[in-house]
Amino acid sequence: MSLSEQQSFSVVGYSQVFLQKLGSAALGFFAAVGRLAQFTGHGVSHCFTPPFFPRLLLRQLIDIGYYSLPVVGLTTLFTGMVLALQSYSGFSRFSAEGAIATVVVLSITRELSPVLAGLMVAGRVGASIAAEIGTMRVTEQIDALTTLSTNPYKYLIAPRLIAGTLMLPVLVLIGDIIGVFGGYIVSIYSLGFIPENYLHKTWEYLERMDVISGLWKAAAFGFIVTLMGCYHGFNSERGAQGVGAATTNAVVSSSILILIFNYFLTQVFFTGK
Amino acid sequence: MAARAKLELRGVYKSFGANHVLKGIDIAVEKGKSLVVIGGSGTGKSVMIKSVLGLISPDKGSIKIDGQETTKLRPPERDAMMRKFGMLFQGGALFDSLPVWENVAFGLIQGHAMDRKQAKDIAIEKLRSVGLSAGVAKLYPAELSGGMQQRVGLARAVAANPEIIFFDEPTTGLDPIMADVINNLIVEASKGLGATTLSITHDMASARKIADNIAMIYKGQIIWHGPAKEIDHSGNEYVDQFIRGRAEGPIKMEV
Ligand SMILES: Nc1ncnc2c1ncn2[C@@H]1O[C@H](COP(=O)(O)OP(=O)(O)O)[C@@H](O)[C@H]1O
Ligand SMILES: [Mg+2]
Repeated sequence: MSLSEQQSFSVVGYSQVFLQKLGSAALGFFAAVGRLAQFTGHGVSHCFTPPFFPRLLLRQLIDIGYYSLPVVGLTTLFTGMVLALQSYSGFSRFSAEGAIATVVVLSITRELSPVLAGLMVAGRVGASIAAEIGTMRVTEQIDALTTLSTNPYKYLIAPRLIAGTLMLPVLVLIGDIIGVFGGYIVSIYSLGFIPENYLHKTWEYLERMDVISGLWKAAAFGFIVTLMGCYHGFNSERGAQGVGAATTNAVVSSSILILIFNYFLTQVFFTGK
Repeated sequence: MAARAKLELRGVYKSFGANHVLKGIDIAVEKGKSLVVIGGSGTGKSVMIKSVLGLISPDKGSIKIDGQETTKLRPPERDAMMRKFGMLFQGGALFDSLPVWENVAFGLIQGHAMDRKQAKDIAIEKLRSVGLSAGVAKLYPAELSGGMQQRVGLARAVAANPEIIFFDEPTTGLDPIMADVINNLIVEASKGLGATTLSITHDMASARKIADNIAMIYKGQIIWHGPAKEIDHSGNEYVDQFIRGRAEGPIKMEV
């Protein structure tokens, strides 16, 4: 075998190995997507078929909704405040300070309140769901549910999915109000705006769709966060390490999915494509 | 075997990827009898029980309850089958988020649609039968010792008067005296109900106490089975090594 033949052989060999690796990675990826799709299908279908567990749902509504209020409120408050400051320092350069109120309300309702609330809830709720369900998996409590004639999808998954999807829009609506209020205080007390003018400007260009699109996003993000928490917890590997990994994966994957879905939802709502 | 088997496994196989755990399990338990399967850690004892319960679906083979094939049951039939079962998990598997009485009453409320008041009364009665006072009923599992958790697990397993009860290493992690207490309670509870039981353990004291018959699992197969009193004269060197707990012998530990 000549030298060049040898070289071309090894190139073929390497590319074959590379293609094999690529192929098995792709297969692994599609298998994971398939498992997630199946889990989602099961989870959603059990949301709509009896028996229902109203007590568990109520507890999740309180856990996910009520207890996330401080975190979401603080986040949107400071975001609204900083937004007013930043747009003032930008817009004052070409005497467009009058647009601050509009910038604040549109950014908050359309983007910042849903995305930041989604991310904060991913950290708070997604992690705790994954840890709780993961621990139940590892200590065989999920198996125990089945032997006691209780479907774990109905008992564990459905209440969390419903609560996440319903409560995030509520949180975001409250976050909208608090965020706008944050911009208002900074504008009035530190930038010297006149309250009536500022409020008038806030309403002037605001359209119903700006708020509603944010609420739809919130519902999607709430579903994503609870779904990822449930999925990773439910498939947790054995041992404390398995539960730890499930928790991390739940937070990371839901955060990334929120950002990706945010882009596509924005495109659907505001360019209609 | 004269009487028809209450529970019968024939040629049951199960692998996880390249890990071939069960390689043709054949066992049968007669109605009202107690079979204990002994074997080392990681030999597939839990996988075997979970296959019978339908928590794991075997790759191949037949599992019959009362002569009825269960491996291909559809969900509603599977639910009906599940109501015949009681299961005590390794470590108890109590629900952390529920008080003790609700753990015990869980199957009655969810599976048998009993109202909570009545289920609570039965739960407290069952707790008393395993030696726990009514005061324990409102505690949470995390507040109990290992032995008490195992008693609660036992009360939960027998709460709905099952026909078949499964015990997965009921004494592992308990001191010898507490283990003996649990063994006595297991015998009492299952004889009291006339239930058929399938237990797995690596604790020989426990096996001797609760078994009518003993089988030994090794490398995914049943290598010996017979009446409990013959275990010391099995003539099987694997069994001899296991019950005497010796490092030397045909069983090599893969470390
Ligand atoms: N759900 C599962 N997924 C993958 N492997 C499993 C699973 N359950 C058990 N195994 C493997 O099967 C083997 C037997 O486990 P198990 O039945 O729990 O042993 P034991 O006899 O100690 O109860 C082990 O090697 C274990 O890693
Ligand atoms: Mg085991």
